[in-house]
Amino acid sequence: MSEAVWILGINMTKFGKHPDIDTVDLAAQAAMAALADGGVTMADMQIMASGNLLPTGTPGMAQNIQKQIGQTGIPVYNVSNACATGATAIRTVMMAIKAGEADFGLATGVEKIAGMGLLAGNSVDKGDGTWTPKGRVGAVTALDGRLGTETMPGVFAQIGQEYAYRHNVKADFELFAKISEKNHAHSVLNPLAAYQKRFTLEEIMNDVMIAYPNTRPMCSGNCDGAAAAVLVSDAKLKTLSMEQQRRAVKISASILTSDPFEEACQVLPDPNALTRRAAQQAYEQAGIGPGDLDLVELHDCFATAELVHYDNLGLCEPGGAVDLFNSGATWRDGRIPVNVSGGLQSKGHPIAATGIANVWEICHHLRGEAGERQIENAKVGLAHVFGLGGACGVHILERSGL
Amino acid sequence: MATKIPMVDYLVLEPEPHLVANECTSCGARFFDHRSGCAKCSGSDFKKVSIDTDGVLRTFTIVSMAAPGIDVPFVASIVECGGTSVRANVLNTLADPEHIKLGMPVKLVTYSLGTDTEGTEAVGFGFEPKEGN
Repeated sequence: MSEAVWILGINMTKFGKHPDIDTVDLAAQAAMAALADGGVTMADMQIMASGNLLPTGTPGMAQNIQKQIGQTGIPVYNVSNACATGATAIRTVMMAIKAGEADFGLATGVEKIAGMGLLAGNSVDKGDGTWTPKGRVGAVTALDGRLGTETMPGVFAQIGQEYAYRHNVKADFELFAKISEKNHAHSVLNPLAAYQKRFTLEEIMNDVMIAYPNTRPMCSGNCDGAAAAVLVSDAKLKTLSMEQQRRAVKISASILTSDPFEEACQVLPDPNALTRRAAQQAYEQAGIGPGDLDLVELHDCFATAELVHYDNLGLCEPGGAVDLFNSGATWRDGRIPVNVSGGLQSKGHPIAATGIANVWEICHHLRGEAGERQIENAKVGLAHVFGLGGACGVHILERSGL
Repeated sequence: MATKIPMVDYLVLEPEPHLVANECTSCGARFFDHRSGCAKCSGSDFKKVSIDTDGVLRTFTIVSMAAPGIDVPFVASIVECGGTSVRANVLNTLADPEHIKLGMPVKLVTYSLGTDTEGTEAVGFGFEPKEGN
């Protein structure tokens, strides 16, 4: 087992709308702040990995950021892995440190997508007036809306409902709305969340229906945001100041999976098998179990997704996600607080930034710096992201103990 | 001479409308599109198989917001037909949660997408609740 890798500095920008700043500057802001948080500079970095899923300018986000904060000539990786892009950036840097190629590295994720609306299923085939078979299944017309839905709210609605069917549990509209109620209630304590508004259950259920059972507040918002992390090797950390060592957060597990074949995965993306696999491997690598976690940030891109990930991350027995939620365990004063940041439904989901922002939230609590929303005496936390396609990132993080 | 064309190539219209899949001869995994190798076992030999036209509703959503040009609301679903999952819309019933129930029996139906400038009619498919439901 090679030596541990640590998070030395980490930052997320305010999520929401940043109309007066471009994508590169937003990422540079997070990168500079993460470096300052770690007490290091760009001159110390020996590797950099940058995520940006929906590029808005010149390709090569890592190089674009370097031009703003320091062109030091180090190797860079521009990474893309759906909603797991940020986690992939962290993991790319971590692997370089584990491989002995670097002692310090910088991971960034940024997105400017405020107001972009539905991110998939936007294609309407105008056609040429004749029914002409095209593509992999010889379709004579665009299939979105004719053969199911390609929209994310609809895909994840089905994923949540499928859980109810498979386990024969009462996961209905009201239950999913209650999950959203929890996360919006949590967001009130997070000044960096895009939306900090508490909703009543009735307000959530009576809001605009997007794809039953997901109403508008039950969907993650497209917004602008960036996050960045500085990683350091165990050997190098030992040479740094006591304050840096005390605030450093140990990466006890870093796992990335893609989706193994499941029967229905060709017709409905499966976020379950790869998340279960990632969680299992992460617990093994960290040498802990789900019962040891003090808090979890999981990928609630929709209220219907949060439910299935309780189960996938082993926070309950198989089929027990509804009971777990109804017990109150996942509220911030419960046994295993989930998404005390407000989750993606409140915090917003600037795609490539999300996988680092979730880690930032956990680090914030492990360092005892989360202010009003601090989970008292948090020692171990788990950050999870899932991207359709699919890719799943799970990080288990532990406070230094110094 | 008017002719018909299926909306997708895995819908077969004659003699009775049904779906066909490419089944891996090694492990039995089924795919509606072609695969160079099987996603389950990496085998490379496939045969055509017919899919049951009866199934049960494994999951659904009622889509109220979609791209311009797509009629809403509609019911998107996954139907399990004899062990093979199919993506389709639920048709011929009201698009509300009182009429669409998880686990309800459904059957394959076809409908016309209209006739093009050359007189060819495109035929789509979906599933409707079986009688008595």
